[in-house]
Amino acid sequence: MPAVSMTVNGKAVTGNVEGRTLLVQFLRENLGLTGTHVGCDTSQCGACVVHLDGKSVKSCTILALQANGAKVTTIEGLASNGELHPMQAAFREHHGLQCGFCTPGMVMSAVDLASQNGDPSEQDVREWLEGNICRCTGYHNIVKAVQAGARAMRR
Amino acid sequence: MTETGIGAAVKRKEDFRFLTGRGTYTDDINRHGQTYAYILRSPHASAKIKSIDTSKAKQAPGVVAVFTGADYAADGKGGLPCGWLIHSKDGSPMVEPPHPPLVADFVRHIGDHVAVVIAETKAQARDAAELITVDYEELKPVVDTADALKPSAAQVWPQAKGNLCYDWHLGDKAAVDAAFAKAAHVTKLDLVNQRLIANAMEPRAAVADFDRATGEYTLYTTTQNPHVIRLLMGAFVLQIPESKLRIVAPDVGGGFGSKIFHYAEEAILTWAAGKLGRPIKWTAERSESFMSDAQGRDHVSHAELAMDKDGKFLALRVSTIANMGAYLSTFATCVPTYLYGTLLAGVYATPAIYVEVKAVFTNTVAVDAYRGAGRPEATYLLERLVDKAAREMKMDRIEIRRKNFIPRDAFPYQTPVALQYDSGDYHSTLEIAEKKADVAGFEKRRAEAKARGKLRGLGFSTYLEACGIAPSAVVGSLGARAGLYETASVRVHPTGSVTMFTGTHSHGQGHETTFAQIISSTLGMPLESIEVVHGDTNKIPFGMGTYGSRSLAVGGSALVKALDKVTTKAKRIAAHLMEANVADVEFKDGVFKVAGTDKSVPFGQVALTAYVPHNYPITELEPGLEETAFYDPLNFTYPGGCHICEVELDPETGVTQVVNFTAVDDVGRVINPMIVEGQVHGGLAQGIGQALLEGAVYDSGTGQLLSGSYMDYCMPRADDLCSFTVATHNTMCTHNPLGSKGVGEVGAIGSTPAVINAVLDALAPLGVTDITMPATPHKVWQAIQAAKPAKAAE
Amino acid sequence: MYDFSYHRPGSLADAAKALAASSDSKLLAGGMTLLPTLKQRLANPSDLIDLGAIAELKGIKVDGSGVTIGAMTTHAEVAHSAEVKKAIPALAALAEGIGDPQVRNRGTIGGSISNNDPAADYPAALLGLDATVQTNKRKIKAEDFFKGMFETALDEGEIVTAVSFPKPEKAGYAKFPNPASRYAMVGVMVAKTGGGVRVAVTGAGPVVFRQKDMEKALAGNFSADALANVGTDSKGLNSDMHGSAAYRAHLVGVMARRAVAAAK
Repeated sequence: MPAVSMTVNGKAVTGNVEGRTLLVQFLRENLGLTGTHVGCDTSQCGACVVHLDGKSVKSCTILALQANGAKVTTIEGLASNGELHPMQAAFREHHGLQCGFCTPGMVMSAVDLASQNGDPSEQDVREWLEGNICRCTGYHNIVKAVQAGARAMRR
Repeated sequence: MTETGIGAAVKRKEDFRFLTGRGTYTDDINRHGQTYAYILRSPHASAKIKSIDTSKAKQAPGVVAVFTGADYAADGKGGLPCGWLIHSKDGSPMVEPPHPPLVADFVRHIGDHVAVVIAETKAQARDAAELITVDYEELKPVVDTADALKPSAAQVWPQAKGNLCYDWHLGDKAAVDAAFAKAAHVTKLDLVNQRLIANAMEPRAAVADFDRATGEYTLYTTTQNPHVIRLLMGAFVLQIPESKLRIVAPDVGGGFGSKIFHYAEEAILTWAAGKLGRPIKWTAERSESFMSDAQGRDHVSHAELAMDKDGKFLALRVSTIANMGAYLSTFATCVPTYLYGTLLAGVYATPAIYVEVKAVFTNTVAVDAYRGAGRPEATYLLERLVDKAAREMKMDRIEIRRKNFIPRDAFPYQTPVALQYDSGDYHSTLEIAEKKADVAGFEKRRAEAKARGKLRGLGFSTYLEACGIAPSAVVGSLGARAGLYETASVRVHPTGSVTMFTGTHSHGQGHETTFAQIISSTLGMPLESIEVVHGDTNKIPFGMGTYGSRSLAVGGSALVKALDKVTTKAKRIAAHLMEANVADVEFKDGVFKVAGTDKSVPFGQVALTAYVPHNYPITELEPGLEETAFYDPLNFTYPGGCHICEVELDPETGVTQVVNFTAVDDVGRVINPMIVEGQVHGGLAQGIGQALLEGAVYDSGTGQLLSGSYMDYCMPRADDLCSFTVATHNTMCTHNPLGSKGVGEVGAIGSTPAVINAVLDALAPLGVTDITMPATPHKVWQAIQAAKPAKAAE
Repeated sequence: MYDFSYHRPGSLADAAKALAASSDSKLLAGGMTLLPTLKQRLANPSDLIDLGAIAELKGIKVDGSGVTIGAMTTHAEVAHSAEVKKAIPALAALAEGIGDPQVRNRGTIGGSISNNDPAADYPAALLGLDATVQTNKRKIKAEDFFKGMFETALDEGEIVTAVSFPKPEKAGYAKFPNPASRYAMVGVMVAKTGGGVRVAVTGAGPVVFRQKDMEKALAGNFSADALANVGTDSKGLNSDMHGSAAYRAHLVGVMARRAVAAAK
């Protein structure tokens, strides 16, 4: 099996994978980073969103080998020293999560938006989240959380 | 109210793990030596299995075993049971066909379970499944609900003549007929409540493990009710005693009903793990979820409302065909009967109601409870009918509702369809909602939209539901094959912290926070000292799980009872420590005091005394401080309220946008208003989704599921919705100790008709009077085109 | 997914060599369509040749005559390019509307047009703006490139390297997304170019096509009003659970008018 190496949450990792191994499988199964979830098989739900070289991507639609040499950040890499990242804190503060399954992808997607737009409007957030499906919250509190989280990230 | 007690908008205890990726869902669990299962599913809606050849698959790389329905049958294991027996009008029991986890002779819907391949990796299991050859003889399926009873329809089961499962009724037919005979006006309506797919974001998954040393089976599974799965799978399917069967429901990523039921994969994995002596994991791909999770709704109904000349309701007559799918799922049969027919009074004082329901089999995936379960169908029917009646009677839509509301002073109110409502205030919820939605300013907004070429519409729904499922004696007399009480255990530890064990299960509802708040209020301790445990049959005495908005009303009431027992015993210990009479001991804010004195002991000292009983009333009391309570409710609870939807519609494209949505609900006592609002928001999204976006679509001829992925099944997304205005106006439940009614389903139950009524209000100027759900842009455009000739002729 | 051998060539020449080495190899661009297809086991290539490491396939060049976009340039790069926004704003707007942000971060113009999904957006851009596809072997006019459903003029072993868009006088794109998939149920690119008005329609039919009646109507009067009475024949248009052919034909008119109104 081919070897793959990348930097995940700041740590260099390597592994042997099949050609068909998806990045999300590598993260979950080889590295045990089970915070990244799989909610669909058509690249739509966004539960698997991670950052690849600083941009949000769907890790269920990337081969592990395509990420060879890349820098990957997952939900596990966001909080530092037990302190929630401002976006994570905003989700908690605004009750932007219920069952928690879509949450990692939602937060990773939101952080990418905030890095481009520090003060997104409600419409900006709703349009940005096209690729993240939540079945629990009706998005109401997610939208509030993303707006607040983006503003907090500017500080 | 304290900062952490009942009524406080406490941030959730469970959030930290979910936000940092540390939640543990079933697919995150791995057992040593684990194998992987892949289920080979039927590609046909109806076919005879002439032969299956698994020999090549068994030889494939990594394959551990391949089992078929014949292997399962040879082991003498049972089928999946149905939990509710319905009797037909003539007293005969419903037709209950077999439901084997792996079929041996016929497949009856696409996705039906044909074989299981178990291999060292998931990919190997799937690779090998392609090597199984199944020789099918395709048969003509019956697919559409409305077709199932037709004489020409294909038959799903030989024992169910005409595809009829049962022909049930409720109410006084003679009284209804008499009322119709003297009616000044009758409003008639035909409608379809389309099939939906729950689509919890976490696909179903299971890991089965068998301990060869102890003979104990452990199944980690995505369920809303682990004890129910243990009971059903242990007693009815695999004949494993409870003492040897542990069910764990870890973090579960949403349920909405679809994870209540005992599924074939759970039984297949547990059975196979025992045969192989190795752990097995199965995780559904989303496309599998579409064809194997029980689906929801799917009614075809005709309704008639008799009124006097002033629009006062005299009687309601409803006839419904309810689609069960190919098999009877766990609670399928009670949904269109006791969770539907009994709700047809709604918030109205209709004196006579008669409903008949024919449940039918079709070659489709099984249908069962989905958020609201029966109650959304009843509410949709009633609220559409009331709107149509108002139009026909030329009455204001609000006025006709007010005129027919059950009055504030009429509680307890006995409906003509079995239920007795304990409390409610429908006039107030309507009034508050009208103000919050600025109904008075609507015509101005409508005119402003018209100037931009858009159509605005306003829609109302004044609804009621029965939840807090359920009083055991009542439901037992109606055919339920289980009790529906709940349990709670409170374990006070020696140093004063508390672990609470609940038989309910949280898969998003936030029980770890809400139940901790009740304990915090009662025992006067900080939330950090309280842990709430759920989802493991080896930890929790017993439980019936979470569905039907029951966790707080039933499980919370059990907690109150258990806490009563704890404080009663603790008071006796405190009395001993303070050398006082127990009758004089008061307990407040975590401190026991002797009334009228300055003597006191903190709760922590009492707890320590209970476990280090050096100075203890040992002849009167056992050491320890741990109590369990079972709570069986006396009645259902009856949340209700008013939902008002405002839509803006683009007549060129048919696109409907919800621009304002106001929900004012009566949910009884609120423990955590933040969580209550979140529950309402989520329910609204699902209710709006049903109205505008979602629908399970099967090909009528072949039974193929056309909406088999998110490419075709339209899930509500952030840009499909708006921010909501939600509020509560609460009357207390009179028969449980918390006064809470439940909130999990109100959003999904109340909202759907408000949306469709708004769409029809917007389209009324174009002459459109009816539309089917989901009101997609395509359907709205078609409705506009269809109304054009008549409108032009006016 | 069936397993395959994965290759990551560093140059176009190496990619062509790898492609020629096996008869059932496939090129992997952004993978936004190919990987879901492979996950469903609808294809079983022996080799996947990832174009992601080939620098010469990336980047946007803008000059006075138009915009040239490297095949491996992502939708997000096109959407956010200040130069594209200035030269052909309709092209940036179209790219901004493809899929969702994560898809736009991976999906590429070369992958999209080589796949030629009937509901993809880029085919309307290419045909509407009279673009030219550059491959490792030749140049192909958009007119000749899109052959049929999932079918292009590309030969075996041919790799799209770039797409050149001449700068129009003005152009606009309007899309009616499928409510579920968000692919174009109907997408219309309207462009006023030196060579006349072009109206290209995607999503509605089995392959992108030009609506010549509309082009004629707009030639004399480039305004939404000019399209008021120009219908589209529903014959041959797609029909499915999301919309009939008649509805799609109607939407072609609505989207064309909106595209004209939005044209810059």
